[in-house]
Amino acid sequence: MKELQYPFDVEYILTKKKRIRRQLLADNSKRIKKKIAILGGYTTNNIKLILELFLLNYGIEPEFYESEYNQYYQDAMFENSELENFKPDIIYICTSNRNIIRYPSIQDSNDDINLLLQDEKNKYYSIWDSISSKYKCPIIQNNFEMPFYRLLGNKDASDIHGKVNFLTRLNMFFYEYAQNHDNFFICDINYISADYGLKEWSDPFYYHMYKYALNVNAIPYLSFNIANIIKSIFGKNKKGFVLDLDNTLWGGVIGDDGKDNIVLGPEESEGQVYLEFQKYIKETTQLGVILNINSKNEEANAMEGLSHPDSVLQKDDFVCIKANWEPKDKNLKEIAASINILPESLLFIDDNPAERYIVTEHVPGVIAPEIGEVHQYIQNIDRGGYFETTTISSDDIKRNEMYKENIKRAELQASYDNYSDYLLSLEMHSTIKPFEAIYMARIAQLTNKSNQFNLTTRRYSQADIEKVALDKDYITLYGKLTDKFGDNGVVSVIIGHKICGECHIDLWIMSCRVLKRDMEFAMMDALVKQCKEANIKNIYGYFYPTAKNAMVKDFFEMQGFVKIAENENGNTKWIFSIDDSYKNKNSVIKVEE
Amino acid sequence: MLREEVYCKLNEVFQDVFDDEDIRVEDSTTADDIEDWDSLEHINLVVAVEKKFNIKFNMGEVNKFKNVGEMVDIIISRI
Repeated sequence: MKELQYPFDVEYILTKKKRIRRQLLADNSKRIKKKIAILGGYTTNNIKLILELFLLNYGIEPEFYESEYNQYYQDAMFENSELENFKPDIIYICTSNRNIIRYPSIQDSNDDINLLLQDEKNKYYSIWDSISSKYKCPIIQNNFEMPFYRLLGNKDASDIHGKVNFLTRLNMFFYEYAQNHDNFFICDINYISADYGLKEWSDPFYYHMYKYALNVNAIPYLSFNIANIIKSIFGKNKKGFVLDLDNTLWGGVIGDDGKDNIVLGPEESEGQVYLEFQKYIKETTQLGVILNINSKNEEANAMEGLSHPDSVLQKDDFVCIKANWEPKDKNLKEIAASINILPESLLFIDDNPAERYIVTEHVPGVIAPEIGEVHQYIQNIDRGGYFETTTISSDDIKRNEMYKENIKRAELQASYDNYSDYLLSLEMHSTIKPFEAIYMARIAQLTNKSNQFNLTTRRYSQADIEKVALDKDYITLYGKLTDKFGDNGVVSVIIGHKICGECHIDLWIMSCRVLKRDMEFAMMDALVKQCKEANIKNIYGYFYPTAKNAMVKDFFEMQGFVKIAENENGNTKWIFSIDDSYKNKNSVIKVEE
Repeated sequence: MLREEVYCKLNEVFQDVFDDEDIRVEDSTTADDIEDWDSLEHINLVVAVEKKFNIKFNMGEVNKFKNVGEMVDIIISRI
């Protein structure tokens, strides 16, 4: 829903939130259901209501537990059967500097203040430890916003007696915890409040009047940020940019103005702004954001522009370049198809509102943010939270490379008549093993990101994955694939549940970037081997259709399973009986187990 | 602005906040007359009224509204 995209209209959201909710729920789209517990240090009602809107808009249907007013500590630390029965998928601790028990006073010694700091730190650390051991779910915690007055004036920042200093040091302890705990995320209200304007954000009126520790008008910004963290945890980030060229990456029209006359570079102010924007786009590739071009231009002219001496972005930074006169919605769909990702995981950036309209009208789910004037591009994209980062896996960092390698593979394939000759020429090596600690983040991420090659579309948090890995009743397998062009990283995951001496496949997923490489056969071989070792004779497969996984409808049949049940929703159940004559199906990948 | 005009805009606010197009308020309307009007919704209502008329209530005023009529009195004195 456009009204919920950044930059949004706060007044509209605040006054019409009930109607917005009604409209979102009426669109009948399929959403994943998640249970979110909000443990508040102040009133959280509106934060919850507006968070619900943003989550619904991201395809997540939340169910909430909300602590009684200012009961975050009690709810976290003591016996709480209601919260235990609720079984949260996420716990959000919504506190503010209003919850600080005691600030330093001017008479306090350094030691006194260190003790105060330790007390506050220990209080929060014990809350988080207690919650994570009890609920094993991701935790989102507000850091502290700066105080709304400064007793010492500017010295409040540097003097150990200052509140600014105290809160800053406390925040550092929060970050230290975040750095050492995978399932712990900071909601950076220190930044959000500064961005909003601290004076407005912490207007004491709202605390004394309604016990909100922030301005009610600022709540949509807080809720939006929480929603971004949550959708990122559940793998709903965008994966790449599709960028226009003229008046987006540089000023002017390359086809008319020529390379020497487009506006780009440090010589004058407008050129500097485009240069800064290009640097920002380039920076996002460090997070694994993939770059593509969709421009109405002759291809030769587009290349000419990218070879401009001040262009930070070069031809090689892009995975797919479409510079032609086709409609941009058609180009965008082709870009998505050629790199094997869903169109809706791409973000379309174009200065022209008409192009944005055509693309969003014809490609459902694609977002084309209102980027404003060129000096506003970065702010409008960055604050949209499209690439909100909760984990940085090494695969993310390499993603651009991987997609480029894929294009090289496609070129190689074109030179072989026989497909298995081509596969052999790739010199593929695979590691297929039970889940290992270093890959937990990537495995969880894959379970949340894979939509197409996904038989059951079950989602797992990292905590879930860690739990399954330790459980003797489960067979777990991850598969990595390397070939002569590069390392694809972890690309496939199987979770099998052992029940009464039989194996039920809870999850079988594979990244679409390794389709048609026989990796699915290598995984099958490994699964059969694991089952044999556990004396399991029968493997049951399940296929649950979604709007996106039609490509694996006949997957089990292809693997030699026999269908034994089908219901009216198209859910199918399959059986594979292992006998001694099982021959490995994969012959093109060298597997290390 | 005439009292009628204030009521015209005020009804829109109530209809939005409570998502009910049939709501009409008058001087004597109180929280008891509208099912969802609890203390949490009261916050949303006050913020929405402030936005609609581009005014700010002070703390004493927000605490003292006995009925819609008193709110309208303050709105009229402010605009």
